[in-house]
Amino acid sequence: MRPALALLLRDLRLALRAGGGAGLGLAFFLTCVLLMPLGIGPDLAMLSRIAPGLLWVAALLAALLSLDRLFQADLEDGTLEVLAVSALPLEAVAAVKALAHWLTTGLPLVLAAPVLGLTLGLPAQAQPWLVASLAAGTPALSFIGAVGAGLTVGVRRGGLLLSVMVLPLYLPSLIFGARTVALAAQELDPARAFLLLGAITVLSLGIGPFAAAAALRINLR
Amino acid sequence: MSLWEFANPARFMRISGAALPWVAGLAAVILPAGLAWGFFLTPDDYRQGSTVKIIFVHVPAAMMAINIYGMIVVASLIWLIRRHHVSALAARAAAPIGATMTVIALLTGALWGQPMWGTAWAWDPRLTSFFILFLFYVGYIALWAAIEDPDKAADLTSVLAMVGSVFAVLSRYAVNFWSQGLHQGATLSIDRDQNIDPVFWLPLLACIAGFFLLFLALLLVGTRTEIRARRARALQLAMAG
Repeated sequence: MRPALALLLRDLRLALRAGGGAGLGLAFFLTCVLLMPLGIGPDLAMLSRIAPGLLWVAALLAALLSLDRLFQADLEDGTLEVLAVSALPLEAVAAVKALAHWLTTGLPLVLAAPVLGLTLGLPAQAQPWLVASLAAGTPALSFIGAVGAGLTVGVRRGGLLLSVMVLPLYLPSLIFGARTVALAAQELDPARAFLLLGAITVLSLGIGPFAAAAALRINLR
Repeated sequence: MSLWEFANPARFMRISGAALPWVAGLAAVILPAGLAWGFFLTPDDYRQGSTVKIIFVHVPAAMMAINIYGMIVVASLIWLIRRHHVSALAARAAAPIGATMTVIALLTGALWGQPMWGTAWAWDPRLTSFFILFLFYVGYIALWAAIEDPDKAADLTSVLAMVGSVFAVLSRYAVNFWSQGLHQGATLSIDRDQNIDPVFWLPLLACIAGFFLLFLALLLVGTRTEIRARRARALQLAMAG
């Protein structure tokens, strides 16, 4: 447990102290959401109708933003090779790094979402569901993203490739996440969509670390 | 003698070289015959007119699009478990064919949908999942293209195909949840008593067989090309070193 905790703290510190980490994902999310009313117009009735999808799409893009550096910096300076021969199995390394990614990009979005929901005129009864759906859904984005990051770690400027590969994998989470909020906004029962969203997150937590570790092993060969 | 001995590239080249003219020849006979049968020798639908005949291209292409993805997953699994190079190269050769089949299914669907549904595109679950399937093909092909070392590329694309297959199936059912369908149900099913009239499904079956043979011929050509490219690369490296 202790090596895992040490790695988690190291990644969090790096994200917080080395520039371009945690805060930027949130800033990108805010900018994304700001762009929409500016592009579409300030009609609050229309904005409140598209708010669930809009917030979820923005969350997807924000999660993508820092993915390509998830393993790449560690591969370049050799840290990844040290981690690969450490006491911690590579699967656990991948899981810890995905968790650190979620804590620095996913969690801030969950906390900021209610404010943005308010500015977009999301109905009050949908607000708790917005927070719940992002809290339950965004971990999947980090854990699926870790697979894509592992696959493209050796590719120079793999950011675009990573997006093309990973975004299709995000679609089920997007559908159920945005549906949860939209159903709640229409005063319908969002429980079914929410449970399916959670199921996909659990699946991703299970598959992600193993697939990411397999990809990292191939790249370290 | 086991099945795996066919995975030897030299043996594969010999057998596929002998089989290719036959497969390509059969495809060249059956596909045009099936299409001609479907287009000219079947009656028009009483409401849809002659537009109904697009199913003779649309349905086989859509079937191939889905099944080729399945083939890639199986071939990737065989590569990961048994390390047969032919398997990985067949998966690589199959991907562009599958992507093309997906585009053909989407285009023919749009051509039929414009007069019949009044719209070339609707955000219907089936249409959307084909769009998604196309994106899966694109990601897979892009990863192959991005990595230089052939064995590493084969390994990484195999991992992507494994993970992708799980999420492709999930997306298929998620889009059902997301939107109500405009597309009709399956035209042919093995487990149903009543399918469409034999007047239509016999030529449809011929077209499906034709599309399959065409895929097989293209796959053999593609795989043989990949093997030759690999040999040329090895020779170049040997000469340089």
